[in-house]
Amino acid sequence: MARKNECIAMLLAGGQGSRLGILTKKIAKPAVPFGGKYRIIDFPLSNCVNSGIHTVGVLTQYQPLELNDYIGNGEPWDLDRSDGGVHILSPYQQIEGTEWYKGTANAIYQNINFIDKYDPEYVAILSGDHIYKMDYAEMLSFHKEKEAACTIAMLEVDWAEASRFGLMIVNDDGTISEFEEKPANPRSNKASMGVYIFTWKKLRQYLIEDEAKEGSSNDFGKDVIPAMHAAGEKMVAFPFKGYWRDVGTIDSLWMANMDLISPEAEIDLDDPTWKIYAKSPSAPPQYISDKAHVQNTLIAEGCEIEGDVNFSVLFANVIVEEGAKIRDSIIMPGSVVKKNAVVQYSIIAENAIIEEGAKVGACEKDCEPGQWGITVIGENVTVAKDEVVPAKSMIGEKEEA
Amino acid sequence: MRASEVLGIIHAQNYSSLSQGELTSVRTAASVPYGGRYRMIDFPLSDMVNAGMTQVGIITNTSFQSLVDHVGSGRPWDLDRKREGMFILPPYNTSSALTNHDSKLSSLYSISDFLKKSRQDYVLLTDTNTLYNIDFKDLFKFHTEKNSDITIVYKHGRTPNIQDLMLFAVGDDKRINEISVSSGSEAGMETNYSFNIILMRKSLLEYLVRSAVAHNATSFERDVIQANLQTLKIYGYPITGFSAYMDSLRSYYKANIDLLNPENRKLLFDPAKPVDTKICDNVPAMYGIDAEVKNSLIADGCVIEGTVENSVLFRDVKVQKGAVVRNSILMQGTVISTNSSLNAVITDKNAVVTPNKNLSGDESYPLFISKNSTV
Repeated sequence: MARKNECIAMLLAGGQGSRLGILTKKIAKPAVPFGGKYRIIDFPLSNCVNSGIHTVGVLTQYQPLELNDYIGNGEPWDLDRSDGGVHILSPYQQIEGTEWYKGTANAIYQNINFIDKYDPEYVAILSGDHIYKMDYAEMLSFHKEKEAACTIAMLEVDWAEASRFGLMIVNDDGTISEFEEKPANPRSNKASMGVYIFTWKKLRQYLIEDEAKEGSSNDFGKDVIPAMHAAGEKMVAFPFKGYWRDVGTIDSLWMANMDLISPEAEIDLDDPTWKIYAKSPSAPPQYISDKAHVQNTLIAEGCEIEGDVNFSVLFANVIVEEGAKIRDSIIMPGSVVKKNAVVQYSIIAENAIIEEGAKVGACEKDCEPGQWGITVIGENVTVAKDEVVPAKSMIGEKEEA
Repeated sequence: MRASEVLGIIHAQNYSSLSQGELTSVRTAASVPYGGRYRMIDFPLSDMVNAGMTQVGIITNTSFQSLVDHVGSGRPWDLDRKREGMFILPPYNTSSALTNHDSKLSSLYSISDFLKKSRQDYVLLTDTNTLYNIDFKDLFKFHTEKNSDITIVYKHGRTPNIQDLMLFAVGDDKRINEISVSSGSEAGMETNYSFNIILMRKSLLEYLVRSAVAHNATSFERDVIQANLQTLKIYGYPITGFSAYMDSLRSYYKANIDLLNPENRKLLFDPAKPVDTKICDNVPAMYGIDAEVKNSLIADGCVIEGTVENSVLFRDVKVQKGAVVRNSILMQGTVISTNSSLNAVITDKNAVVTPNKNLSGDESYPLFISKNSTV
């Protein structure tokens, strides 16, 4: 038996994130690089540590290798603890056979023993899909104060966008009276952020019931939460204000990166009281040469810049040769943009090479209507000399024969 | 000789009275910041680990708080081990003995227990006022091939201004035939001088140190090395690659500015011999809409909205709008406010230059702004 924990977190990191296309071909969505030195999962992990939650189970399933390797023993987030710490929880073989995680609720169900070991009063269920800074301790106080069975973090979104989200109709006292999943005509603009705190005793019971239910998809949003609500459990909405972005699509991933270089950035990563931790590479400082022009850009260590970079985010160890131009783009670690190549409105994944004179992506004004979009170059891809890759393309690694 | 059979001993202190002035008044030579994100000790520590050495002792004397803060448990170098790893060796006193680390010889004498209990057969001694990225495996090979008793890394060039610096006459076979010990006044002479990286059998070091102390000797260079030139085979291993001796603020300044040369960077930051340092979790550097940066090294956490040329900026430096920084070294946390301009300035950590100031030194005599001060 481990020492008793008041609240532990379970982080759902098994999603494929198929809408990110080739970016998630070999890695799970939470491992996708973000913001010059981070990966998406750094945000919920850092939030946990900053909120005083020191026991975190990370549920992985889809392409877990890179994610498992990245999390390691949890040292970058101060989660290498002798009591608690971070634990990778992958599906495992049991007497009845091996079962994949059938849904988000089933993933937690299969790890009831892990949670019980810490004997927590409360369990936070988080997802590894969002960029935000949030104090889960405040939400926990709210949950306790309201004596709720389940508290759901809620964000007021633009009415025009509301139909993209799972919405909640909330009474004045904070209790949730109704749920609407992506309705065509929203009656509320209060969206669920996919951050839940449950009273563990209650959740445990509903997970077991849900598992026994014939035909359940074993999903929190579709099955467990509606079941708790129908049974009359107290469900409350915790109002969150601040920056929160789902980065589940190429456009939203690109946009959220660009938010970081906007002078009106709503998210401050440089806040010493709420640091976002990440595993840092060992690289020398970046070098900006005589010939370079760098403006409105975020650049990580180890980069060597001799070209022009504007409105972009460059991860560690990126090389931009003389005469190359990068605009409105995201270049992930280790990629090389050679002489006179032009990269615009693109996401270049890790260790790609853009050969001399190649042109990747385009400005919206240079495209036929409806033809414009972000271009994505996959991991380890080489774009040949003088090759032109049009807007909205997605170039992956060639399959080995 | 396998690298795991070599014990590393790093002297965090400068024993010579001549050093880097104010830079070392608040910290050990080992914790002097260098190259945008490093401390001097990162270089010998990383080299030792890269070569495969597993046990390193760091000898400290005074003002080593910043050093301990930097190296921590040795984690960045993977030296936080159950078996062996990194050890800080400060002076201590017991009821029977009062150790002192006032000289290289006395400190080596006082760590005799540590030497004895380490399982390694060889010892590699280094200082921390020198900068290099050497493949120590090659040095070990050289030592074995020459059947050397003591191997000392040296450089040919103008001698730095260091007291008790050993100067060598080296034969074609790399055997050291003559040693003189400088008093500092010969600085600038063109000759072979010691880089104070010294390899020998542990038992030999223990014996030499013990007998020197027994004879009331005080100088490591004179009484341990020079005195035994005739009886021992002492070889010189020439240093190659980028290297520097920090003997003054000027040489410190030059060693930083020299990193702007891509050839030097390639030599010092060879990806096959990575230099590791403490992780600080800074955000990537941000270049604002009016940023103008040329020929400069910029570390994480910097926010640049002004002009920066030919300079080295450490972590978290802020250069505000209209500020101009040229030929300068700005350490961690420095703030250069609006419309101030700097030329040939070294700022120590967390220095603040308020708006509309004009500070200028000369490349041969850089202006130094001390730690936490406001101009």
